[in-house]
Amino acid sequence: MTMDKKGNNKRGFFGLPGVRSFLAALICILLGLLVGYIVLLIINPENAGKGMEVMLKNFLARNNKVFQLKHLGNTVVKTAPLILCSLSILFAYKTGMFNIGAAGQYVAGAGACLYFAYKFSSPWYICILVAIVAGALWGAISGALKAYLNVNEVISGIMLNWISLYIVNMLMKAFCKGAEKDTIAFVRGQSPSLIPNMGLDGLFSKNTSVTIAIPLTLIIAVAIWILLSKTKFGYEIKATGFNKNAAKYAGMREKSNIILTMVICGALAGIAASFFFLSGFSTWNTNQTSVPAMGFNGIAAAFLGGLHPIGVIFSSYFIQHISDGGTSLTGMYPAQIADLVSAIIIYLCGFVLFMKLQMSKVSAAGERRRQAKLDALAAAEKENAAADDASEEMKGGEAK
Amino acid sequence: MMLLIQYTLVYASLLTVVALGGCYSERSGIINIGLEGIMVMGGLGGILVLAFIPATLPPILIFLAATLAAMICGMVYSLLLGVASINFKADQTLVGTALNMLGLALATVIVKALNIARTAGADNSARIIFKDTRPLLSLSQGTEFNMFMILTVILLVAAYIVLYKTRFGLRLMSCGEHPQAAASVGINVAKMRYFGVLISGALGGIGGLMYIYSCGSEANFETGVAGFGFLALAVMIFGQWKPHRIAISALLFGLFRALANVNQAIELLERLDIPKPIYNMLPYVICLIVLAFTSKSSKAPKAEGIPYDKSTR
Repeated sequence: MTMDKKGNNKRGFFGLPGVRSFLAALICILLGLLVGYIVLLIINPENAGKGMEVMLKNFLARNNKVFQLKHLGNTVVKTAPLILCSLSILFAYKTGMFNIGAAGQYVAGAGACLYFAYKFSSPWYICILVAIVAGALWGAISGALKAYLNVNEVISGIMLNWISLYIVNMLMKAFCKGAEKDTIAFVRGQSPSLIPNMGLDGLFSKNTSVTIAIPLTLIIAVAIWILLSKTKFGYEIKATGFNKNAAKYAGMREKSNIILTMVICGALAGIAASFFFLSGFSTWNTNQTSVPAMGFNGIAAAFLGGLHPIGVIFSSYFIQHISDGGTSLTGMYPAQIADLVSAIIIYLCGFVLFMKLQMSKVSAAGERRRQAKLDALAAAEKENAAADDASEEMKGGEAK
Repeated sequence: MMLLIQYTLVYASLLTVVALGGCYSERSGIINIGLEGIMVMGGLGGILVLAFIPATLPPILIFLAATLAAMICGMVYSLLLGVASINFKADQTLVGTALNMLGLALATVIVKALNIARTAGADNSARIIFKDTRPLLSLSQGTEFNMFMILTVILLVAAYIVLYKTRFGLRLMSCGEHPQAAASVGINVAKMRYFGVLISGALGGIGGLMYIYSCGSEANFETGVAGFGFLALAVMIFGQWKPHRIAISALLFGLFRALANVNQAIELLERLDIPKPIYNMLPYVICLIVLAFTSKSSKAPKAEGIPYDKSTR
């Protein structure tokens, strides 16, 4: 690797880490879409092209501008919690942990904020705070089990996902009257608990679900980015992720860092749930028997976004975009095609490391070639110079 | 009480089979979080055979055909994990998670597409009904005892013998403990790991079929296998990656899972009047507590989850 005076990595276009992440994500997306297209072809070859178009266009497939904006609003409302969930996953991943428990922390947050909305008609910011605390506590369980008892966070996360689902459903049925029917109507009727629009709905054809949750989400993403790249805590977290023992040796308290990381992850998932359910967009179904997919889709978004807090904003939007597009497929194809595509994308994300390695090999080879050319040139020049010297000497000799 | 024993055995047998699958894979050094997805895909293969095979064939033939289909589907699907984690050194947890999501989505899409095509759009559910062939696999009518339980015992004994008494098993386990040392005496680590993953795919597939069979005479693929793949992983950890201990811990977990089904039938439990969600939660809570006490002295294969790299020591 050659460095110039400023310490910049002089490796050409493929050498830039951002470019490599972006290219790898693009390859994953294209391959995922290709497989999705093949599946559509197998199921029903006539409509495959149209089906793909509907899925990729999502809101653009609507026929007038007002509806388009409204549907864009719906996609954006669902993107916000997805961004937060993927932040939760990437934050844990930086410490070398796999926060598959984000789904459970999300459930805990949802239960807590809805409970306060129902029971005390609390204002929205209190509800969000409660959701943060609930999610953080749920994350802390995983963190403490990992730090002190060596329990693998993946397994404990999965168990906690199910436990939180059963607990929340049970408590909601028991204490929140009418919650088993519909929580949207309740949240909407409960104006203090509803997150305010502050005029943002006007941008999306009066889609009242678009609230200040969306700009807040973006702010949180930037804050996480700053926390990870500019603070001591962020540095310690990444150091622990690279090498736990080295971090410990350097005097970092790796146990409390692990717990603190999981607390932050849980808080992020909790905020995600409160933003989603207090926007009055979706109902919490107290009879659901499987853990909400939001936490798992966050894994897809996190890895597709190159594990970068800003990258996940775009990847989350993309995943939500095709999954909303997928729901308009009903009638022609099963809506789960979109899930299929995003699952394939996650699978392909496993190959990202390999792809980046290949890219750096390509750029290294290019660099070597360039270097070799330069060396050859230099050598040729030297030879020329030597030859000139020699001939001059000869001339000099003759002159003598 | 009889009912409780029956259900305990149903769940324990399926957990044993899947946990043994996980055991083969992890012993070879590959973490298999994707067991849940493998179960769904294997179960799909097996159930399709059960739903469309003529019920006039001899029961043993139907049983073998369904089991074989489940095994093959599971193995083919597990190749996705093998290729990614052995050839491309991918993050095994990530790939496993992807397999879980993919399995559920793929199975739902396949079943829905089949139903739509079969009924010309009238039925777009993700259900498969196998009413006709279900009673044929039962060992004594009216009870939950079925042929899969015999298969479980065979697989359990086989796992013990293969892992501890054969050259293949010992080599497999050496790849999970110290692959570099294994390679230095001429063992092909990649090949052994492929064997581990494929065997876990086959067993996971059979387990998936067993789960779907245990749910009644129709299968809804939108709910998948309800976290049994993960429970099986917990059984495996509690069983400390050893076949005989896996069987015992599967019985324990099976008992708690069975309580959720039959708590109304037992007088003592009915009088306690505990809400049903508590019973549903119980296996997971117990699992967590058990893991908290056993993970400190975990006997996990040392090299699991680490891609094999020739150049390291």
